[in-house]
Amino acid sequence: MKRDLSDADVQAAHERIHHPISLYLKVWGYLFVLSTLSYLVDYMHVQGIVRWTLILLFMLLKAGLILSIFMHLAWERLSLIYAILTPPLVLLVLVRIMTIEAHYAFWTRAIFMGGGG
Amino acid sequence: MLQTTQDRRDKEVITPILREIAADWSADQEVFRHTHWGKAMMWIFLLSDSFIFSCFLTGYMTMRASAVLPWPNTAEVFALHIGGRDIPLVLIAIMTFALISSSGTMAMAVNFGYRRDRRKTAALMLLTALFGLTFLSMQAFEWTKLIFEEGVRPWYNPMGAPQFGASFFMITGFHGLHVTCGVILLLIIASKVARGHYDRTGDYSAVEIAGLYWHFVDLVWVFIFAFFYLW
Repeated sequence: MKRDLSDADVQAAHERIHHPISLYLKVWGYLFVLSTLSYLVDYMHVQGIVRWTLILLFMLLKAGLILSIFMHLAWERLSLIYAILTPPLVLLVLVRIMTIEAHYAFWTRAIFMGGGG
Repeated sequence: MLQTTQDRRDKEVITPILREIAADWSADQEVFRHTHWGKAMMWIFLLSDSFIFSCFLTGYMTMRASAVLPWPNTAEVFALHIGGRDIPLVLIAIMTFALISSSGTMAMAVNFGYRRDRRKTAALMLLTALFGLTFLSMQAFEWTKLIFEEGVRPWYNPMGAPQFGASFFMITGFHGLHVTCGVILLLIIASKVARGHYDRTGDYSAVEIAGLYWHFVDLVWVFIFAFFYLW
């Protein structure tokens, strides 16, 4: 529906950009810690499902911090956030399809090409 | 004739809810009205760019999952010989920290831009570009090592699966290209900031838009680091 934002609202949106520098330093620190943790996953030779879970967890946390704070997505209008964050979800379909395809290619190579190729 | 067809379609198909969504989104009136046009365009570009990188990473996943030869252990391939022993993946870790630091300084530059602090904005953007150059030089070192010492090619890899070379050069190469473009963009905007161009126009949005691009480059590296180097 039509919703006219007054100048005061626009002004308020600009005011919210004025975060203290300490916020960015804090996020910077979190990103350093998360990167160190994901590096330690490799350094400590964590293997199997725990390794993949930890890698994905640290990756998503880092991506979330960069998107929401550094790229100011947390303070954007909801329609812009949806416009940006929902389309990449279809990539999960691509990943699923390509997983099936990869397994098919692997077994074709393993069974019919003597394991080479 | 046209009118009646339109009327029937309205009654039968387009419910009030659908019309409301169409009204919100048509002509970008409601959705992006209070967003700077450059910022909205940059976000749309970044969205399309994230699809490009997603295709590369999905391609890498497909090639790795279907490779019959063993996949090289990235921890060993990217290890550095420091102090008499091999430290696994240390070069990539330093590259990650350089890029995160550049993101931190860029976020501060955007903040000072909105406070109209010309000197600090330009200085922080310059620092960001320097971190970017640090990242690029380390990547150049990594490529040189892999090509000349390990003998990896896009079509061949002495350590096992040839698909490793293809995905490595494609993914990190494309990311490096983005970092290079980002450094150039940052230097251009920083010099405009320093010369007071945005003080005259009264609009520092260009700094924020360049910042969005730079943070995206860091964001992509987060995914490359997780999927290519750590997985």
